[in-house]
Amino acid sequence: MENRFFVDSAHLSKDALAKKHRLETDPSFRKSHMEYLPGMEQISSDISEKVLTHMNGYDPSAYTQKEVKEALSGDVCAIDGLKALLSPAAEPFLEQMAQRARLETSKHFGNTVYMFTPLYIANYCENYCVYCGFNCYNHISRMKLSTEQIEREMKVIAESGMEEILILTGESRAQSDVAYIGEACKLAQNYFRMVGLEIYPLNTDEYRYLHECGADYVTVFQETYDVQKYETLHLLGHKRVWPYRFDAQERALLGGMRGVACSALLGLSNFRKDALATALHAYFLQRKYPHAEISLSCPRLRPIVNNEKINPLDVGETKLCQIICAYRIFLPFAGITVSSRESASFRNGIAKIAATKISAGVSTGIGDHETKYTGKENGAAKGDEQFEIDDNRSLERMYQDMSAEGLQPVLNDYLYV
Amino acid sequence: MNQNDTLTIGGKEFHSRFILGSGKYSLNLIEAAVKDAGAEIITLAVRRANTKKEENILDYIPKHVTLLPNTSGARNAEEAVRIARLARELGCGNFVKIEIMRDAKYLLPDNFETIKATETLANEGFIVMPYMYPDLNAARDLRDAGAASIMPLASPIGSNKGLSTRDFIQILIDEIDLPIIVDAGIGKPSQACEAMEMGAAAIMANTALATAGNLPLMAHAFSHAIEAGRSAYLAGLGRVLVRGAAASDPLTGFLHEGGN
Repeated sequence: MENRFFVDSAHLSKDALAKKHRLETDPSFRKSHMEYLPGMEQISSDISEKVLTHMNGYDPSAYTQKEVKEALSGDVCAIDGLKALLSPAAEPFLEQMAQRARLETSKHFGNTVYMFTPLYIANYCENYCVYCGFNCYNHISRMKLSTEQIEREMKVIAESGMEEILILTGESRAQSDVAYIGEACKLAQNYFRMVGLEIYPLNTDEYRYLHECGADYVTVFQETYDVQKYETLHLLGHKRVWPYRFDAQERALLGGMRGVACSALLGLSNFRKDALATALHAYFLQRKYPHAEISLSCPRLRPIVNNEKINPLDVGETKLCQIICAYRIFLPFAGITVSSRESASFRNGIAKIAATKISAGVSTGIGDHETKYTGKENGAAKGDEQFEIDDNRSLERMYQDMSAEGLQPVLNDYLYV
Repeated sequence: MNQNDTLTIGGKEFHSRFILGSGKYSLNLIEAAVKDAGAEIITLAVRRANTKKEENILDYIPKHVTLLPNTSGARNAEEAVRIARLARELGCGNFVKIEIMRDAKYLLPDNFETIKATETLANEGFIVMPYMYPDLNAARDLRDAGAASIMPLASPIGSNKGLSTRDFIQILIDEIDLPIIVDAGIGKPSQACEAMEMGAAAIMANTALATAGNLPLMAHAFSHAIEAGRSAYLAGLGRVLVRGAAASDPLTGFLHEGGN
């Protein structure tokens, strides 16, 4: 079964619709997804080659219970162990994996769980990524917050007690340029202890600038590491260039960022291979940049505005749990973020096993925190969300719930130096 | 406990030789460390203390306890110095534990950068307690840079693996005239006891308590183990044979037969 991603909006012009259809049906009409566009920095790196070699050679069905048991019995889980733990043969061992994962998490993180919230400041996008609510052909309410509006949102969030913020934009350099994002980072430094970014990939000097503005962590989702599948999902725009996206974390670290996060969007392609590639991306980054703080996210596909049927296909909660446990056992030191895409019960459970960071008080729309946090309608326009969330607990509620689960909620463990 | 046997660091006397580390914090842990393990020094990560209203761990720490702010999060000497100065501004006093890591996986300390930071901070009047990998040359440089104690790691932090670096810590104890405080990796009271028998001045631990089944009981156990090891060290360990048994009749006794 496949997701049906293509939706035609009645608001598109005839020409726009024709171009959209041609992009969807005629691969020769699309630009190369492996060639850099003008202005894109190319760095020297062998990480993508290493990751792709492992991923392309990975046959999950080749693993048996013997390899799974070996992976679980060693002090350290090597790459072959990770492959075993992500295979179908590991499914009967899920409880043992969870036990081991919990042990590793407790050794490195104790019983702490960090809280953060995302702040979307703009949802303009120049890409056509067929599964994303922000894609340029999707008819949604578009918006970019002014500096004053950003500050208003930050105030409301900071008043809730939140100390870490993740600033997000749609991927539009024209609408949300680096200077605009830099201003948001500077403002955020006044209200939060830690500022992260989840924006379009940048060149090293641009990451350096945003680091100077106060950001220290960069998350870039590769979406899928399956290069051919990627080509069929990202049909237009800068995001179409797979290798430029892949090297974003390295450029961020070269630009002085303290930490980076990697992720595949599970449900787009073979999830076992994508999970393997995500973990190996993080693994090889850590080996090359041992000072960097590395973390992983594990999002699954969600419904979007105008396409309620998008779903993560075969990646159910059990499979997701298996993936996250495998991540933890293979990378005991890595942060693992579980987003509000997942249900409250799943997040409560996984925080006790392997997740170290969860979002709370989440909105993936633009400019609606005041309404959401205070119940007040301010009459201002709002932008539509990127995807539907499942867990909409406030910070206060999440804090209480995590404490009730025996975990220690932490709002800050960071200094900008 | 022998009341006269005190630990002096930076001119300040302590009766307890257990120091609580900062890795995994909770109110219960601090309570147990103070009440059941008798801790008089508690480390705190400045990055965790530098927080807003919800959960400032500074509020958890009893006033009679000496705060030992650490510079975790620093990746070089310059960052460590900035964090130490911030700690002083936050009202944490003059003690500082230097932690500088350029490795996010094992969190191993960078001795070279630690020596640089020690020199700067000692010159600014801080009582500097550097966390280090047990290397004799680095320890001598730290001493010469003005360190108030030396804090070698026993094993990778959080690992609970015990005295993996035993022989090298022993060399520091034998050669450096500063309190050698064993930090990181101590997983069991018996390991703490062993380090104290070797002549360590104090033990710093956190994970071993934080991950114990019964926290107050484990804190109690550590306290006793440290005291036992200290007493054994002061008493002078009895003869320990490396291998085999001693013959009750000397093998060379024949040389004296006949009185020649």
